[in-house]
Amino acid sequence: MESLVYIALFAPLVGSLFAGLFFARSPKNILVGIVTSALIGVSFIASAALAVHVAEFGAVQVTMMNWIDAGDLSIPFGFLVDEISVTMMVVVTLVSTIVHIYSNGYMDHDKSFNRFFSYLSAFVFSMMVLVMSDNFAGLFIGWEGVGVCSWLLVGFWYHKEDKTFEENPSISPSWAANEAFIMNRIADLGMLVGIFLIYWNTGSLQYDVVFDALPQLADGILVAIAIALFIGAMGKSAQFPLHTWLTDAMEGPTPVSALIHAATMVTAGVFLIIRANPLYSMDAVAGVSMFIAALGAFVAFYAASMALSARDIKRIVALSTLSQLGYMFVAAGLGAYWIALFHLAAHAFFKALLFLGAGNVMHAMDDELDIFKMGGMRKAMMGSYIYMGIASVALAGLPFFAGFYSKDAIIETAFNEGTFIIWGILVITAGMTAFYSFRQVFFTFHGEERYKPLGFHPHDMYKYVLIAMAPLALLAISFGWFMGSFQEFITKALPNYEMSHTTHHWAWLLASIVVALAVTGIVIAYKKYAGKGAKAWKRDEEFEQSFIYRLVANQYYVPKFYDEYIVQPYTIASEKFWKLDMKVVDGTVDFIGKALYKSGDVSRGMQNGNLSSYLNWMGVGTLLLILAAAVAVVMG
Amino acid sequence: MIGISHYLILSGLLFSIGFIGVLRRRNLLMLFFATEVMLNAVNIAFAAIGSYYGDLSGQMFAFFVIAVAASEVAVGLGLLIVLYKKYGSLDLEVIANMKG
Repeated sequence: MESLVYIALFAPLVGSLFAGLFFARSPKNILVGIVTSALIGVSFIASAALAVHVAEFGAVQVTMMNWIDAGDLSIPFGFLVDEISVTMMVVVTLVSTIVHIYSNGYMDHDKSFNRFFSYLSAFVFSMMVLVMSDNFAGLFIGWEGVGVCSWLLVGFWYHKEDKTFEENPSISPSWAANEAFIMNRIADLGMLVGIFLIYWNTGSLQYDVVFDALPQLADGILVAIAIALFIGAMGKSAQFPLHTWLTDAMEGPTPVSALIHAATMVTAGVFLIIRANPLYSMDAVAGVSMFIAALGAFVAFYAASMALSARDIKRIVALSTLSQLGYMFVAAGLGAYWIALFHLAAHAFFKALLFLGAGNVMHAMDDELDIFKMGGMRKAMMGSYIYMGIASVALAGLPFFAGFYSKDAIIETAFNEGTFIIWGILVITAGMTAFYSFRQVFFTFHGEERYKPLGFHPHDMYKYVLIAMAPLALLAISFGWFMGSFQEFITKALPNYEMSHTTHHWAWLLASIVVALAVTGIVIAYKKYAGKGAKAWKRDEEFEQSFIYRLVANQYYVPKFYDEYIVQPYTIASEKFWKLDMKVVDGTVDFIGKALYKSGDVSRGMQNGNLSSYLNWMGVGTLLLILAAAVAVVMG
Repeated sequence: MIGISHYLILSGLLFSIGFIGVLRRRNLLMLFFATEVMLNAVNIAFAAIGSYYGDLSGQMFAFFVIAVAASEVAVGLGLLIVLYKKYGSLDLEVIANMKG
């Protein structure tokens, strides 16, 4: 079993090195795409085999080597493959495999084809380290690794020029990449503090040791650790107020958005909370857990409201990701960890599908993102239409699709816990989710063919790409059907969460409220956006000028607020400090250097080649030494 | 009566003359002479102090200095001849060619 663990972990790294070391400077080579995709596929097969093994025989723990061994500190390079991590591994490698194959088609014409695959595989490796590590240090390495890969991939088209905020809210790929990286730095500081607190108070970073030691710790320390770790999770999972980077990260190539900013990396925060469930389910940190749930509900609603008016096809999907992450945090905060993980997996499948579908549309429309310029494209792109339809139905949570089971379970949990405010928010958000996801579908694929006057000639993706997306579509439909067996499997590692009898009794009613709202949302979207001819959608300029519309369309002015009250003052302060630095710090160093240079320049004159003057200098020196010796004798 | 201090004063005077010669002279040959004067000033001091303390090692050391000086002169003069052949002069101003 050990070798399977290593294959699952290192196959992506081999792929990345293969692409990076041998093909970094060469032109596009299709071999790179094939080899990296195959290696990720190998990793997926190994992960699936491990899943079967874990289901049958329980967790596998391997220690590759001692990594840090200094004094009392001992951190091994160890990997823990239990029910939680194996679920993540299968999800990550499955989505990665499909995204790799997809990228072969999507990046077809890009001149940095090889570089792209090197980064993408490196990301998968980092993500595997993150989920497989058996200690917080390894988790942190993976955590930073995915951050770096995300930075590399968001800024993949770094040559694009900066634009004004009004023209493009994410300014440029390199700007967006930096924003994502810096925001995560802020959160990672919190995470590091949490890890330090854990080490100081328990003397170890191994999950099992730490979780065993938790009950002996003081309440204040537990709360501090819980808060610090959650700050880390907030950054990676883009929770308010650190959320702005996620929508801007859409500047990256679409496969990257599908893999990193929808299916895998952004769920790392949820994974961390799930992994640390013994901590978050303690009574002492109940307040923190409740805060996580409340913040999750807020973000779910907040992001969904922004998605209602967004025009950028990728931004809509990104905002829905944000919203669904909020749902996951609600489940995790309320103690339903396995439901959070279930929604994480289901979401990964249908959201990756949705993103890849959006990528097809972009590809067909020559990278046009504005849904106002699309419409009626289902004739040209039947395959993508079906896929995006399936994914949107799953996202909206219509019965028998994946999203129905997982999202409904979360809403039920909120009801079951008696947190009716959260429940109410989630139910309304579910209706909004259905509306905006179908608004996007209808805008893109139904209605008037608005793209025609603009001179676009859309065509669907390559056949093999569409076929490669089929597993995601199947899972987006069917993943929910395995909820029972998933619960049985995962609750060996996670605390079980069952609904009370009352909730059980009302479950059908709760579900039908949600479904009714979702259907209403879809119907409104259909009426408004799918019409043709006289019923066709027209821009409502008046409404677009209204306060609420502008508030939502400008992302509640949060990016503007950050820019005006944080970035700009910081820039001014930096410039002032820079000048101070030039004068004081640089000045001191420069003075030392210049003084030495000057003294050398002056004393250079001594070396004139004349032996006599050398001897004179020697004489002077000797006299000075004698004088010094004499003074020393006299002074005693 | 001639005592130890007379010898030492003589030695000091000779040494100073040699030292000033080393500092002031411009001709390499003269520099050699000046160093010889300094060495012999030291020899006088050695011999005088050795006799004053009734210790033979002072005089013995003077012999060593004489021997070393003799060999130094042999080598030094050889070098001087080569230098003279090369530059046609032993003036330090003329042979100065290492300028910083």
